[in-house]
Amino acid sequence: MKIIELSTSKRDLLILVVFSVIVLIAPLWGSLIGAGYPDLLQKFAIFGLFAVGYNILFGLTGYLSFGHAAFLGVGSYVAVWSFKLFTMNALPAIAFSIVFSGIFALAIGFLCLRRTGIYFSILTLAFAQMSYKLAYSVLTPITNGETGLFVLKDDPRVIDGALGIASAENPLASLFGITLNGYEGFYFCAVVLILGFWLSMKIFRSPFGMKLVAIKTNQTRMEYTGFNHRPYLLAAFVISGMYAGLAGALLAVVDPTAGAERMVWTASGEVVLMTILGGLGTMFGPLIGAATIKYMENIFSGINDTLLGTWFDFLPQALTDLLVTIVSPFVGSGWHLTLGLTFMMIMIFLPGGMVEGAQKIKAKFFNKNNTTEKLESEQLEKDGAA
Amino acid sequence: MSAEQSNIVLDISGVNKSFGGLQALSDINLQIEEGKTHAIIGPNGAGKSTLLNTCIGLLQADTGRIDFEGHDLTKGFMPHDINQMGISRVFQTPQIFPDLSILQNVMIPAFAKRDGSFKLNIFKALRDEKAIEEEALHFLEDLGMADQHHNHAGSLSRGNKRRLELAMCLIQHPKLLLLDEPTAGMARHDTNQTIELLMKIKARGMTKVIIEHDMHVVFSLADKISVLAQGAIIAEGHPDEIKGHPKVREAYLGSAEV
Repeated sequence: MKIIELSTSKRDLLILVVFSVIVLIAPLWGSLIGAGYPDLLQKFAIFGLFAVGYNILFGLTGYLSFGHAAFLGVGSYVAVWSFKLFTMNALPAIAFSIVFSGIFALAIGFLCLRRTGIYFSILTLAFAQMSYKLAYSVLTPITNGETGLFVLKDDPRVIDGALGIASAENPLASLFGITLNGYEGFYFCAVVLILGFWLSMKIFRSPFGMKLVAIKTNQTRMEYTGFNHRPYLLAAFVISGMYAGLAGALLAVVDPTAGAERMVWTASGEVVLMTILGGLGTMFGPLIGAATIKYMENIFSGINDTLLGTWFDFLPQALTDLLVTIVSPFVGSGWHLTLGLTFMMIMIFLPGGMVEGAQKIKAKFFNKNNTTEKLESEQLEKDGAA
Repeated sequence: MSAEQSNIVLDISGVNKSFGGLQALSDINLQIEEGKTHAIIGPNGAGKSTLLNTCIGLLQADTGRIDFEGHDLTKGFMPHDINQMGISRVFQTPQIFPDLSILQNVMIPAFAKRDGSFKLNIFKALRDEKAIEEEALHFLEDLGMADQHHNHAGSLSRGNKRRLELAMCLIQHPKLLLLDEPTAGMARHDTNQTIELLMKIKARGMTKVIIEHDMHVVFSLADKISVLAQGAIIAEGHPDEIKGHPKVREAYLGSAEV
């Protein structure tokens, strides 16, 4: 697996343009697969961003963090507080979230990165669970405990007040007058996602990114080559923590609430699944993984026996009943079963995730057409890389 | 002590190290002269690797000093600090970055030399680092590996991995190169290639400390040999002196222990 490529700047620009177009026309292709509504599209973008950032830590350095949901939660709380205290404008909320989750990640990362491997994972898990429990108990004045944090009509909002912007009954986040819910909310998230992806690509193509992969491959050699691996790992940890905080802020932007359940350990596990399912250490994999999981969570869970019945009702009644009985454990509330099976299949047959699957299909396609052409294209790729 | 005026690069004096009850190094005194290849030989368990590891910060000496350019290396430096001072190390099993390309393997130490032990350079693309890339290619050419620089380093043979590791050390222009059994586990052909390569480096006047089992390698390369047995230096001198030294024979054949 070649993680760090010396791509050309033209090719990178093309990747970014194609990516932006795909993201911006998401309502179009989304409607083809039944996902063409803003709620789900927002989730695609937000969790895609979360996974893209997580991949900078896990994909490049190989350090498996089980606590990134804590940063997501911190981002959400900070954003809602920014809505309450200063303004309903989304930009300050996002900026505060990135800064605070960055500071939080710096502290947690500094402590957890004293250990490697499983011990690092357990430490991050412990810190995240601790944050989750604290949000419910000691930190109730900040987090509003089990009820969750809400934006109210009579919150101070000093900046909005000074600018003479009146508070609505149910305040919604806005961007200079544009209310950020529905498709406006999705497009706001989409633009942030594109910026986040651009930064991730920069990191993948930079000497810094190459050094992170070098640390993953051989930490001993890295030390004896004169690099202090600790600040590199900490930087990767903080960057991915800031991405998580940003994703958390976006969750609060499209729906101005924050609750501790965003920090629970299964939420941290979900981003690990997303990254691995899509393709660990690849630029697109985490995005594909995030979209797949959110799609299954929202679409598969919505399929019930009645809907299944209508799908199969062209068949004889007995056969319809049989099919509904067989399929129903995999959909509706049983969608986790489908997710688990998909995950197992991918891990067994495509350890490189869905991106590896796509590459294999591409390779097979080329093979069938012309073997020499494939060799030539490989050669070209190499030349292009040079 | 000697008539000729030569600079001491590494000055080891009175170093002791014990693991529990075992005295691994006892009162080691050793001077490494500039531009010379100094070999440390000795039977298994003599303390050769322990000595090397105390020099590079992996182990802490109990007592004694190791002077390198005014720094005392026994004073808790991290391996990367010691590398930044100008000491590079070749390992018994070649330590490279198998997931990266051969070229990238050589570029990384060049970055360490240029940027120091940490630099957060995320906005400059790797492809724009032309100076480093050219320098890396130059060193690979020197070792006859330039034509395969886009290949995965992990797919190289052991002999070539050693070559690559040497290139990774040489690109840093170290003031002192430490080699830990550079031909261990190699076929005859690869050993001879490595000797040739080390001769080439020697001709450039680089200071080297080499730990080796293979007497053929030692006698073809070393200017000076120190013999270590049971944690103490039992003999020191030019290769010819060492060859016929009775104590050395004794240590290797173990007649004293019977």
